[in-house]
Amino acid sequence: MNVVPGRGARIILAMLPFILIAIIYVIGSAERRAANPDDKLLPPVSEMVETSKRLVAEPDRRSGDYVLWADTTASLQRLLLGLGISTLIGLSLGLTVGLLPIAGASFGTIVAVISMIPPMAVLPILFIVFGLGELSKVMLIIIGVAPCLVRDISIEVQGLPREQMVKAQTLGASSWQVAIRVVLPQIMPRLIKSVRLMLGPAFLFLISAEAIAADVGLGYRIFLVRRYLSMDVILPYVAWITLLAFAFDMLLGLFARKVFPWAYVEEPR
Amino acid sequence: MSTLSFRNVWVEYGSQIVLERINIEIASGSFLSVVGPSGAGKSTFLRLILGQERPSQGAVLLDGKPFPAEPGPDRGIVFQRYSVFPHLTVLGNVLLGYELAERAFTARLLGEPRRKAIEKSLALIEAVGLDQHRDKYPSALSGGMQQRLAIAQAIAKRPRVLLLDEPFGALDPGTRAQMHALIKPLWHDLKMTIVMVTHDIKEAFGLATRLIALDRVRHDPQAPERFGAKITYDLDLTRESAVPVLGFTKAEAEIRL
Repeated sequence: MNVVPGRGARIILAMLPFILIAIIYVIGSAERRAANPDDKLLPPVSEMVETSKRLVAEPDRRSGDYVLWADTTASLQRLLLGLGISTLIGLSLGLTVGLLPIAGASFGTIVAVISMIPPMAVLPILFIVFGLGELSKVMLIIIGVAPCLVRDISIEVQGLPREQMVKAQTLGASSWQVAIRVVLPQIMPRLIKSVRLMLGPAFLFLISAEAIAADVGLGYRIFLVRRYLSMDVILPYVAWITLLAFAFDMLLGLFARKVFPWAYVEEPR
Repeated sequence: MSTLSFRNVWVEYGSQIVLERINIEIASGSFLSVVGPSGAGKSTFLRLILGQERPSQGAVLLDGKPFPAEPGPDRGIVFQRYSVFPHLTVLGNVLLGYELAERAFTARLLGEPRRKAIEKSLALIEAVGLDQHRDKYPSALSGGMQQRLAIAQAIAKRPRVLLLDEPFGALDPGTRAQMHALIKPLWHDLKMTIVMVTHDIKEAFGLATRLIALDRVRHDPQAPERFGAKITYDLDLTRESAVPVLGFTKAEAEIRL
């Protein structure tokens, strides 16, 4: 409990489980290959690298696109659009609901109810209403993510000390000014935290929607090659998606620390 | 001028009576201490002046006129905690008051007006002795420094009435003495009316020109909430009065004035 690893030891300790998993995979893959040279379940690393190279660097014979990049751009566009709109909704509605008792009374319950709707259950409705194009996928992310953000932000706003609101008013602030100068900056770190937490669900909704109806996208590709048991495509794709999500999460974290230093002062490093 | 008048004020929450029959005229420029046991309505008394609460009966008047029932810039306040904004630096905290007043929509100043506001803010920050810390966030300040900042922030708006809600309650005795030495000349220079709620009797007598004690005088054991607190003592602590000041000799009290 009192033994704290240093910086170097921390990195090594963090890498250890990854290395362990890699070793287990390589051994497992070699074993299966030895038993059956046509095994598709655990393709050796060399084969995955080969396939990845083809996906990244060679244009598709039929469409002429670089498959991985085409999929990534399409998916990221949907994801960022969905997350961006959700964030805007979460911030503006959450702030209003949390700050103004009248807004809280009228929207609080409906937001709580909407956030309980399982987004996947309304996916068919979205496909019917918005068609099979981009809009329905973005809408799924928004429906899944925005209500949670609204609730989280409104609770955070209500948790700000009442004294601060009173103090701001004694300095001559109107409700609008309290919202933009006192409340907004103080909930931004929380907003980023919530968006980071919602990255996982957002990817889940994206990939589900793409699996069901799309002609390009990371989720589409995985579910397409599933039919051929192409683990050599699926595994690198999963790793790529994980890496993307992890990178977003880290970037948001770094951004928050950089822009809102006051919010992280008391945190032990 | 800033005379506060309480005219037969009652505060009730349902059947619970907090304050009853409060009648007091607080002269402009006086320093009023409010003492009393916990739950005697001291904070309610302050919130009435702040406009955070309305009397159930009677009226609270500022210079003979009722004021809007919400906190406003003519009545500043320093709370025991949470008085400063954690997301703004020392300078930003004081500057905020000027920015709010001058730009209704953006609440931010740019260019020349900003420079002028910064100058005024820095003067205030220096007056409370925080000029070394102008770019620090409140979380990096000690409790005493945070309260100094809160005071600088509150007086930036030149309020007619300054309300202090146990402002030094969380500070150690040494820091508290420094704060006493800070607040007295400020009050003197700015000629505002100060109402301070405190648990520290010595502080209440030492700083104020007038002291009131709130307490419940009538008690019904069957219905403990049936009777509210009243003003039980109202003491004049100015030089002319004969009331002895605990812990402060008469001469010392005069020097402090």
